[in-house]
Parts: sequence; structure tokens; C-alpha cells
Amino acid sequence: MSDILEILLTANFWAAALRIATPLIFGVIGALICERAGVLNLGIEGIFTAGAMAGWMAVWLGAGLWGGVLVAALAGGFFGLIHAILTVPLGLSQHVSGIGVTLFATSLSYFIYRTALPDVSSPPRIEAFKPLDIPGLSDLPFIGPALFQQTALTFLALAVVAVTAFVLYRTPLGLAIRAVGDNPSAVESQGLSVYALRMGTVVAGSALMALGGAFLTMSAFDAFFFGMVNGRGWICIALTVFASWRPGKALIGALLFGAFDAFQVRLQTEVGSFIPGQVFLMMPYILSIAALILVARKADYPRALLVPYFRGQR
Amino acid sequence: MIRFEPREPSSLPRLILIPVAAAIVALALAAIPMLFAGLSVFNAYGLMLTGAFGSVFAFTEMLTRAAPLILTGLAAALAFRAKLWNIGAEGQLYAGALAAVAVGSGLIDAPGIVLIPLVVFCGALAGGLMMLGPTLLKTRLGVDEVVTTLLLNFIILLFVQMMLEGPMKDPMGMGWPQSEPMLDEAMLPKLMARMRIHGGLIIAFVAAVGIHILLKRTVWGFEIRAVGENANAARHAGIPVTATFIRVGLFSGALAGLAGVGEVAGLKGYLTADLSPGFGYSGIVVAMLAGLSPLGVVIAALFIASIFVGADSMSRATGVSNYLADLIVSMALICVLISGLFLRFKVRFVGAKSTEGVSK
Repeated sequence: MSDILEILLTANFWAAALRIATPLIFGVIGALICERAGVLNLGIEGIFTAGAMAGWMAVWLGAGLWGGVLVAALAGGFFGLIHAILTVPLGLSQHVSGIGVTLFATSLSYFIYRTALPDVSSPPRIEAFKPLDIPGLSDLPFIGPALFQQTALTFLALAVVAVTAFVLYRTPLGLAIRAVGDNPSAVESQGLSVYALRMGTVVAGSALMALGGAFLTMSAFDAFFFGMVNGRGWICIALTVFASWRPGKALIGALLFGAFDAFQVRLQTEVGSFIPGQVFLMMPYILSIAALILVARKADYPRALLVPYFRGQR
Repeated sequence: MIRFEPREPSSLPRLILIPVAAAIVALALAAIPMLFAGLSVFNAYGLMLTGAFGSVFAFTEMLTRAAPLILTGLAAALAFRAKLWNIGAEGQLYAGALAAVAVGSGLIDAPGIVLIPLVVFCGALAGGLMMLGPTLLKTRLGVDEVVTTLLLNFIILLFVQMMLEGPMKDPMGMGWPQSEPMLDEAMLPKLMARMRIHGGLIIAFVAAVGIHILLKRTVWGFEIRAVGENANAARHAGIPVTATFIRVGLFSGALAGLAGVGEVAGLKGYLTADLSPGFGYSGIVVAMLAGLSPLGVVIAALFIASIFVGADSMSRATGVSNYLADLIVSMALICVLISGLFLRFKVRFVGAKSTEGVSK
């Protein structure tokens, strides 16, 4: 018991939790705004992969770190646009289109990576984002190492939560996005374009998702490798439901998740020999399902989620 | 501006022609990544064609690859018919394979005539049970089955790894995480001497015909289609919607489980954690390409299998990444999705002005 407390009381643990949470924060906010506009985006797993690959490759080719971030966002936006075209004006099944985008984005990313680097056995490395060492703040006891020795992308993720919450609840655009996910014909009658709102939101949300992937190659690791996304995208879809489609709760959910993940890794080193490692690796997925069950009854989901809207027909 | 006008139910030639056209468009689009990789496109397609059809060996390899795709394709097609979004065929395949190996690798000693049906049944049962949880959560608590079936893929794969490194590890496996081999009596019969093609293909064909009959000729089939078209209307019409979902879930999972049975009891003879190169996900493509028709699934699976086998062989000959096969298959899915519109709607290109009139 005291071992567990000891783990929870180290700054190192909380720093790891925030680090693990960062890609999930990007992903869950991206998924959340798509769904707020009424479009489920199961392309997320592939968009993560595309963001990870495109960002990494841009940096590798000399675009600079922020250039890589931009390229990743553009890659995410591109796949988001495909999903948006298929599901919004064409009204195709959001489930199947999302799976299609995931398969397409993943295989295209792998294909481009393999074609550009056919013969490498160990993946080449880039100079990734370094933890910021903010003078003063980083030196604070406990809080300093836990919160202020993260990379710039972690701070960007936190800023994205704040901006998303502000835009969704405090601006006319946010009102329109929420309305288009709840009652699109009411939005149409206000003279706004349902198609433009939904497509724009899906593209923006997908660009955010891709930043979660970019964090993996440009901050957490400094290389791209196959299977590196490893289900993080799907976890974000579950977290979105857990968060009841609210940015603040999404942040809390992602942080809880990061804390749990960081905790299980440390626990594993303590009791690892008794329990197979896979049991710990399963926990995030089991936890996601448990979270879905817990909130299923009271989930206040966007009412037009999954429902295609056709102009001029009700 | 583009306008869609719903059309009458499509004629059979249209139902066949449009997916074929979509497949051709996908193959044409695949020329872009091929050029990017520095291939000569015609040469590449030639190599693919001979790689899938050029010899008896190539052809039987293609059929061997098609067997699990038919079964996972049927799993997706049946579930999607009822709008039960089972994305978990990959996990159900592993559950089926795990059960088949557990029963067939020495637990029970019986002659093949008893053991083979038992292995097949247990594999199907395990796959089916994998769908029970997500289906019950959907019908009882309204938990979205897309996410639960997806997450279960990861859970079951980790469980398989755990078993292969623990209780089911082959002591003779030189330290590799693999199961003990299946008993010879538990193995599905080979269909041709010196080829890998096996009885799993027969199971797949029988399942396709069976699901076709189930959907077209039985009360259950009618209920499944009614629930898929409109679950609320079906409920009002007195159709047992919850029971239908559970039946569809069990059948769908069982079909994917059978795909796993074929891979271990027909092909590999033992279980490893890399048994499936994504058959579960490719099954979704197969089902969509087939327009969710069980007999169409067979044709679509043969097409996808020839892309995989042909592209593998082409990639070995040219040194181009074999991710090209996955890329072509995913592009085929997107083309088919778009082509589906031409089945359901007449597409009209009209001036921007005239849409103003219909938008209100």
C-alpha cells in the first residue's frame, strides 16, 4: 500500500501522466468537435498514424519542428476532408467511411514511409521537441518537474482545450457547431450552411487529431515505426463518450487515463513477476469499456450524431 | 451543384456493374502510388495478375487467402444488414482460433470424425460469444457497439499473447510464443496434394450459401432485414428486435470465429499472435464491395484475395513495399462507398440557381 502511495507522490509520475495524456488530449478534442457537429470520425486511428508519419517525415526532410507540426495538421485535414465529403454531402455511413479513412490513411502512411526509406533496419531519428525549461517555474518543488518540464506540444494541447471550450460555448461559431450536431434543420433555417459547418468542423477536428499523432513522433519518440499508434485513436473515441462531449471533462478523462497508464507501468515493475504484462496492457481497453458502460445511461449525446442531413428534406 | 434523386430499387445488372466499375477505378487510382514508387504500371499489374492467377500454385494460394476473407466478409455483411456495427471480426477470429487450438491440440483424444466438428463448433462458439457482450451492452444499456467491438480486438489479442507466453505455450517451440501444434486428427483436410488449400474454403462456401438462404428464405432473415431498415418500425410491427440483434451478433461473431478455425486448423496447424494480417478489417471492405450480399461476398473476397496475393508476389519481384496491397484495398473501399450512391440515387448536375428552389 505504501508503495502505491509512494508512486503517486512522485513528481516524475505526474509528469509521465501528463505526457501520456497529451496525444489523447489532441485526439479526444478532435473527436469531440467532429461529434459536436454530428459526425462520428472513426478515421481517428488512421489520422493519428498519418500525423505521426507526415510530421516526422517533414522534420526529417528539413522542415523544422513547427513545420512538421503544420504538415501533420494538413495531413490530418486532408483525411478529414475525405471523411467529410463522404459523410456530409454524400451522406454515407459514418461508421464505414471512418473505417475506410483509417485503413486508407494507415496504409498510405506506411506505404510512403516504406517507399521513402526502403532499406533501413533501424528507423532514422530526428531532433525532437525538448522539454521546455522555463526559468523559475520549472524549479518549483514538485509542480515544476511535473507540469513545467514538458515539451511545447503538451502546452499546445492544454491551450487547445481552453480555446475549444471558449469557441464552443462563448462564440457564435461554437453555437452554430453545437446546433448543427443537435438540430441541423434549425441551423439551415437560420440561413447557415449545414454542409459548410459540418465539413469545416470535421476538417479542423481531424487536423487536431493528427497533432496527437505528431506528438508521438516529434515529442514522445524521435522516430516513426509501424504500429506505433496502437489503439490510441480508439481510446479517444471512448473518452469522448466518457467526457459527455465536453472539453473540460475530456481533459480530465485524458489525464485520468494518462495517470492510470503511468501508474500501471510503475506497478508492473513492482509486481510484474506475478501477473503477466498483458494484463496491464489490457487495462486501458477494459477501462474504456467500463467508462462507456458507466456513462451510457446519462450520456447527453448530440442528437443528430450519425444522422446525415440532406438539404430540402426533413 | 450536385443533386441526388432517390431511384427505384436497382436492377441486377446495375447491382453488379457498379461495384465492378468501382473496383476498376480503384485499380486505376492505384497507379498513382505505383508511379510514386517508380514502378512501370503495366508491368506491375502484369506481375500482380500472374502472381494471383499465373499457375495452379498461385491460384490455390489466392483461394487459400480468400477463405478467411469470405468468412469475415460474411460476418460484417450479416451484422451490417441489421445495422449492428460489428467492427470486431479481427478479435472474434482470434477467439475462434484460440478455442480451436485449445480443443484440438491434445485436450481431447478422439478420431477426426468427432474431433474436427468439435473444433469447428468450439471455434464458432468462441467467436459468437465474443459478440454477446457488445450486443447485450447495445440492447440493454445503449452502449455503442462500434467502440466496444473495436476495443475487444485489442483485449483478445493481448489475451492470446498472454496464453501463448503462459499456459498454452509450446514447450517445444524453442522459446517462441506459439501454441502446441494441433493433432493431425483435428486438422481440416487438405483439398489438393502439395498445396496449402484446405477445408476452410468449403466451410466458407457453405456459410455463404447458408447465410444467403437465411436472409432470403427464413423468418429470421426477414426479421434481420426489417430491423436493419428501421429498428423502431420493426419493434412496432412486433418483431423481437433485441432477440434479433443477439442472434445476428452471435452468428456474425461465429462466422469470424470460423475464419480463425480455418487459419489454425486448416493452414498453420498452431496459433501465433500474428495469425491474421487484418482479415477482420479487410472483411469490412469485402462486405461493402459485395453490397452486403452473402453471395457477393464470395466474389468480393476472391477479388480482394487476388489483390493481396498478386501484390505480395509483385512486391517480392520488384522490391516495392507490400503495404501497396493494403493501400489498393482501402482505396477500393472508398471507391465502392462512393459508387454506392449511384445505386441509391440518380445523380444530376444542375445549375446553382435551381438548387435554391429545392433547398427550402
